Amino acid sequence: MPTVRGKPSGTVACLRRAGATVPGRMSARTLFDKVWDLHTVRTLPSGQTQLLIGLHLIHEVTSPQAFSWLRERGLKVAMPERNVATVDHIVPTEDQARPYADGLAEDMMQAIERNTTEFGIRLFQPGSGLQGVVHIIAPEQGLTQPGMTVACGDSHTATHGAFGAIAFGIGTSQVRDVLASQTMSMSRMKVRKIQVNGALRPGVYAKDLILHILRVLTAKGGVGYAYEFNGPAIHALSMEERMTICNMAIEGGARCGYINPDETTFAYLKGRAHAPSAAQWATAVAFWKSIASSADAEYDDVQTFDASTIEPTVTWGISPDHGLGVGERIPAKESFTADEWATIDEAYRYMGFQAGQPIAGTKIDVAFIGSCTNGRISDLREAAKVITAHGGRVPASVKAFIVPGSEAVKKVAEAEGLDKVFTAHGFEWREAGCSMCLAMNPDKLKGRQVSASSSNRNFKGRQGSPEGRTLLMSPAMVAIAALEGRVADVRTVLK
Amino acid sequence: MSKITTIAGRAVPVRGNDIDTDRIIPARYLRCVTFDGLGQHAFADDRSQDTTQGKTHPFDDARFQGAAVLVVNSNFGCGSSREHAPQAIARWGVKAIVGVSFSEIFSGNCVAMGVPILRITPADAESLQAAVEKDPSLVVTCDIEAQQVRAGALTLAATIPAGVRQQYLTGAWDALGQLVDGLPQVRAAAAKVPYLSGFAG
Ligand code: SF4
Repeated sequence: MPTVRGKPSGTVACLRRAGATVPGRMSARTLFDKVWDLHTVRTLPSGQTQLLIGLHLIHEVTSPQAFSWLRERGLKVAMPERNVATVDHIVPTEDQARPYADGLAEDMMQAIERNTTEFGIRLFQPGSGLQGVVHIIAPEQGLTQPGMTVACGDSHTATHGAFGAIAFGIGTSQVRDVLASQTMSMSRMKVRKIQVNGALRPGVYAKDLILHILRVLTAKGGVGYAYEFNGPAIHALSMEERMTICNMAIEGGARCGYINPDETTFAYLKGRAHAPSAAQWATAVAFWKSIASSADAEYDDVQTFDASTIEPTVTWGISPDHGLGVGERIPAKESFTADEWATIDEAYRYMGFQAGQPIAGTKIDVAFIGSCTNGRISDLREAAKVITAHGGRVPASVKAFIVPGSEAVKKVAEAEGLDKVFTAHGFEWREAGCSMCLAMNPDKLKGRQVSASSSNRNFKGRQGSPEGRTLLMSPAMVAIAALEGRVADVRTVLK
Repeated sequence: MSKITTIAGRAVPVRGNDIDTDRIIPARYLRCVTFDGLGQHAFADDRSQDTTQGKTHPFDDARFQGAAVLVVNSNFGCGSSREHAPQAIARWGVKAIVGVSFSEIFSGNCVAMGVPILRITPADAESLQAAVEKDPSLVVTCDIEAQQVRAGALTLAATIPAGVRQQYLTGAWDALGQLVDGLPQVRAAAAKVPYLSGFAG
């Protein structure tokens, strides 16, 4: 039985003015409006805003050309103290001895070391205890805070919105702009509220929720918007789960995603290395509360979901919005709009699926748990829980590996003995990095292998083989898929 | 900065919706510290897959070599923020892109690089692609000023966001100079932001 793409459980029309803040209604602003206004330096002749960036995060892949351009133009970094760099994309997660076996990776490593030294920017190096995927370490160190503007040469910068920050992924020319001026030129976007009512059922995670939202709102539905995730189901989530949600806002076409800060946010930040000190705490919290969306804020669009109807969700196709409940079957082309048919046909061909076939039971070759979407400690704890409950071992036909998102995550996982659980059941345990999320390091799919992955993109070729196939799912679902050697419903072991 | 008012040249059609940046430039080619030489790797995996299937990707097709205008469909450049994607396309020879819709980070990158993006309707994109496929020698004119794409008998209305259009027409598409000139105002603005002045972590 073919299934439909699905519709929001109820769409509320509560639209506001097109465009910017309504003068005289300052109290009715969204967090997006408040943060944007606070960071507006001026309007440029083009009509765009020169926007101040409170925190600029840097990694080795998208920054070397930006530093070269600064040198060519004889420019300095305007506010080096508001810039932090790490290395994540190209670092090997097995043997990290320098020089790296991959000469090109070694060149990039040397470039970021040279650039950060020359321009006076902090670099969180492997072995420092601070290194990891850029979107994991900044929250972990308390660098990401509510009310900030954050930019990074990486599309998953949206992650930081979990704290009530407005966080943009940018290209290398804009990395250069931010380095040189701590600002960038941008046009304001519209705000869509994604209201999620109800509660997630056991065995259903933040990852399932965001995959479901993407399925309904599509991969391009968010173009022109900032997404505000709101509602009881969102505010019941931990900070780590909120990061999973905001991380994938970009897969819906939104330029950023955020969640209003609340007590959960403040409790997470308290005591972190770069969080405000005890003496400044009350001032900080007062500011953070003041920037949250007002209760009467108006939105350009509102979409409503019911969390209690969501199943563990798996992608079957070649775009993150090709999601499916684990109990469903591959959808018929006709359940999509006609402009999607060419993509859907290509998805059937590339993935080797036919409409009507169940997704559960699909054989997998590789299982990957990690990435800035799901490489945090709560993800690893959940995976370990599933593995222990299942009790089996990864079959010889499957290569399963777990890559902690940061050195700090790795340390905590080892202190809790999670690594022992993983290795005892046949999973490999690695060093921190991006790894097979995008396969710039030695971890790659081979040929047409199928990967069950906790990462964020199932694009063709994403995991290192031009023909490799990726099924996105929660870490708990990856864990059970690894043990069973096929896609399975994690709820069967989480009774 | 030079003003950009019109770009004219032969065109190359690349059909398909949702062509993501991993397809435009696969991640293995991001292992570089300059953008030089990326042109030859644009659409690398799509090109080799086409070759394996006995087809020819437009970027390999002799008829489209030397083209200056890329014609695409909707949600082009979705996915990662990698500027390597538009850089690879530009270094292959493309000077302007015409299509239905684009990811925002991709189009932002194009502005910063001075590669205009002109948006046309889905039906117009199809007709333009068909016209170019039929006659690869057709000269396609992207008129930023008039917001039009012209090719032979076709005259298509195109849109460019007003601010961006202004940037091209005045030669201010590379914002860096203006941003740096504003540094005194930037510092004044930063002094009013609580976490930058009062309780910086
Ligand atoms: S983990 Fe994946 S998505 Fe996240 S920053 Fe690394 S490569 Fe990008």
